[in-house]
Amino acid sequence: MKLRHGLMAAAAAATLAVSPLAQAETFKFAFQGNLSSLDPHSLNETFLLGSLNNVYEGLVIYDENLAASPGLAESWETVEPTKWKFNLRKGVKFHDGSDFTAEDVVFSWQRALAEGSDQIARASKIKGIEIVDDHTIIVETPAPNPILTSDLVYIFIMDKTWSEKNKTVTATSASDANSANYANLNANGTGPFIVKEHKPDVKTVYERNGNYWGNMKSNVTRVEFTPIKEAATRVAALISGELDLVYPVPVQDWKRLEEAQGVKPLAGPEARTIFLGMDQGRDELLHSNIKGKNPFKDVRVRQAFAHALNLDAIKKKVMRNAATPSGLMVAPQINGWSKELNTPYAYDPAKSKELLAAAGYADGFEVTMDCPNNRYVNDEKICQAVVSMLAKVGVKVDLLAQPKSKYFGKVLATGGYDTSFYLLGWTPGTMDTENVLSSLLMCQNKETKKGMFNLGNYCNPKVDELSAKIGSETDQAKRNAMIAEVFKTVQEEVGYLPIHQQPLSWGASDRVSVVQRPDNSLDFRYVVVNK
Amino acid sequence: MVSFLLKRLLQSVVVMFTVALIAFAMFQFVGDPINNMVGQDTTQEEREQLRENLGLNDPFIVQFGRFALNAAQGDFGISYKYKTPVSDLIFERMPATLELAFVSAILALVLGIPLGVYTALKRNGIISKFIMTTSLVGVSLPTFLTGILLILLFGVVLRWLPTFGRGDVIEIGTWTTGFLTASGLKSLILPSFTLALFQLTLIMRLVRAEMLEVLRTDFVKFARARGLPDRSVHFKHALKNTLVPVITITGLQLGSLIAFAIITESVFQWPGMGLLFIQAVADVDIPIMAAYLVLIAFFFVLINMIVDILYYAVDPRLRSSDG
Repeated sequence: MKLRHGLMAAAAAATLAVSPLAQAETFKFAFQGNLSSLDPHSLNETFLLGSLNNVYEGLVIYDENLAASPGLAESWETVEPTKWKFNLRKGVKFHDGSDFTAEDVVFSWQRALAEGSDQIARASKIKGIEIVDDHTIIVETPAPNPILTSDLVYIFIMDKTWSEKNKTVTATSASDANSANYANLNANGTGPFIVKEHKPDVKTVYERNGNYWGNMKSNVTRVEFTPIKEAATRVAALISGELDLVYPVPVQDWKRLEEAQGVKPLAGPEARTIFLGMDQGRDELLHSNIKGKNPFKDVRVRQAFAHALNLDAIKKKVMRNAATPSGLMVAPQINGWSKELNTPYAYDPAKSKELLAAAGYADGFEVTMDCPNNRYVNDEKICQAVVSMLAKVGVKVDLLAQPKSKYFGKVLATGGYDTSFYLLGWTPGTMDTENVLSSLLMCQNKETKKGMFNLGNYCNPKVDELSAKIGSETDQAKRNAMIAEVFKTVQEEVGYLPIHQQPLSWGASDRVSVVQRPDNSLDFRYVVVNK
Repeated sequence: MVSFLLKRLLQSVVVMFTVALIAFAMFQFVGDPINNMVGQDTTQEEREQLRENLGLNDPFIVQFGRFALNAAQGDFGISYKYKTPVSDLIFERMPATLELAFVSAILALVLGIPLGVYTALKRNGIISKFIMTTSLVGVSLPTFLTGILLILLFGVVLRWLPTFGRGDVIEIGTWTTGFLTASGLKSLILPSFTLALFQLTLIMRLVRAEMLEVLRTDFVKFARARGLPDRSVHFKHALKNTLVPVITITGLQLGSLIAFAIITESVFQWPGMGLLFIQAVADVDIPIMAAYLVLIAFFFVLINMIVDILYYAVDPRLRSSDG
């Protein structure tokens, strides 16, 4: 308490000295991970992009409900199905004072598209950009793209002259080639906050951008971010009043936050779906006692698995009622989600046993399950629950739970998709189903880069064909009808076993109000310090 | 003397080389760094290219040779994650750890020696027994738990002390220090006490045992017989003789204070080398992990060597066997 008063007094003193109108407010928060780079094109990770979105902006920005709204582009229209005209905002200045123009957009797109960038997939949704004048551009796409605006949210715009002056025209890649990349540790965006101090892994300080073009709900003048890895320390620092917001908060600590004075847990559904996948591609499973054939190729076995899972029990016992059982591979926040299709498979172990017997596995079989243990909320516990549920219908699962770096190294393409049965989670960055279709539901295809995260190679030509159409269909109703058709097919064939939507779990001080976005990003524009 | 030194030096080199080899070999099994560096949309080809650029496709012996040669020159490469030289990162974090270790060592000595003396002199007193019991409890709790309990008591319930971080620091050249600001000093208390607790108990018990031993010796008895006051016997004669092994142990323990700061640093989000290491493990940032282990081994080897040389200088028996 003392500390808080001290801060307020200091803040008040500072305000008096500078201006009698603006009240200086500091907002302090902690996250479990660190801000690994300030380079907006370096890593396609939710926390990094969400943090940097307070500093850098795209032509389009998400609002508090994750709807795409005008950002550095004031307005846009489709001239032709593959041509978009964007009217850029006038009078916008970068943090160093230089003007934002069409040239910066072209430069940033090229930077995001070049080697070393982790935003290539997004940037390649654009074929070319034509500059009409300083504040008008025509963007051409390779095919009609109804969700181009969502892809533009995370293509952040950098200043061309600043980048050239500081020799940072290529993105900070994970390769050591650009080891001294300036943009990795320095930032110059157009966003509502300016990076004042950045000590990787220790502290990042932001200050309000007095020249920001937009209106902000926030009254915060300074934001301090500290990464705190230990959950117990994070929660203690919140309760002690040293921090205003921490996330994530372990689900089991919610009660503590409810009982403590001056703080509260903030929970909500995240747009991330947790699901199980099965190897349906190989003729013989890599890790199973069944030789010569692949049980998962038999739809009855997949159905048996689906009916053996008690999602309500996982919700209650493992997730403490914080998760939402799901029947779809996308969450309600994602465009293309439908309520009718979201019913999970019914829990029916008797039917499960029948189906297994019918498929010729009356005595069950053995399979190894791969599971991360530090990536998703309670990931290993979910897997343990799945193991015991499958044991009840006679399937013996050997659980291999590992830290995410080992796990991803094994199951992803780099490890040769070395898995037979696994747990994974997915949030489409575009907030549109198309991303899930092309990454998870389409057949693995190295050339077209489709299905690269379809680890079990669930493959149906009809789904492929529809997904390709969905990618370029601009009629929203037609598009959603096709999406529903794809989901129906995948459900009938039990291509995947969706489990639930993971909960968001933040802890906040009563001193502040924040908007909890379903993508787990913190937008400073909506942070208000209460007086 | 020269041959002794040379022998010692050679041994140290062998130890360092072995540590480097083990550290490097171990990291081959920690996981694939590529997955931590790239996002979900990175293609297979880009991942392969990255492996090639980082030299991860070279044979083990080539990778190790490159590592050892560079390490010997103080170059631990570029951190996968931060894209800055590892030696810079470690040097930046070193003040935080060294200050923490230093304050902990002082705390352990300043509290440990008097408590040890007291419990030796008042062997059967109630307070002594209380101190001995609580010290046992304190030392059997894992550091992690002690830290969290201290945070809860002094940070959350009483709100006297900050629960995390280093507070405000002042830069003096390339060194950052928390000694010169109020918040820096306040921030030091909980983590340094947590880190000191084990050493404190160790020193206290050591002083107590040595003291009891010395008090039984003839020269203390003679001193008493000569009619010297208790205070003089206890502190001039007995304590002085107790301190030799204490100083040795403290010297050796300084290395472990630095090394074991990992847990304390991660509980208190103390921005030192230990925290850097823990985060590097989570990110599979091999250059940082390797550099840290080699550096800690170097601290140990160095301290051990100094202690050995001091022994050699002090103890004539070692010298005679040399000839």
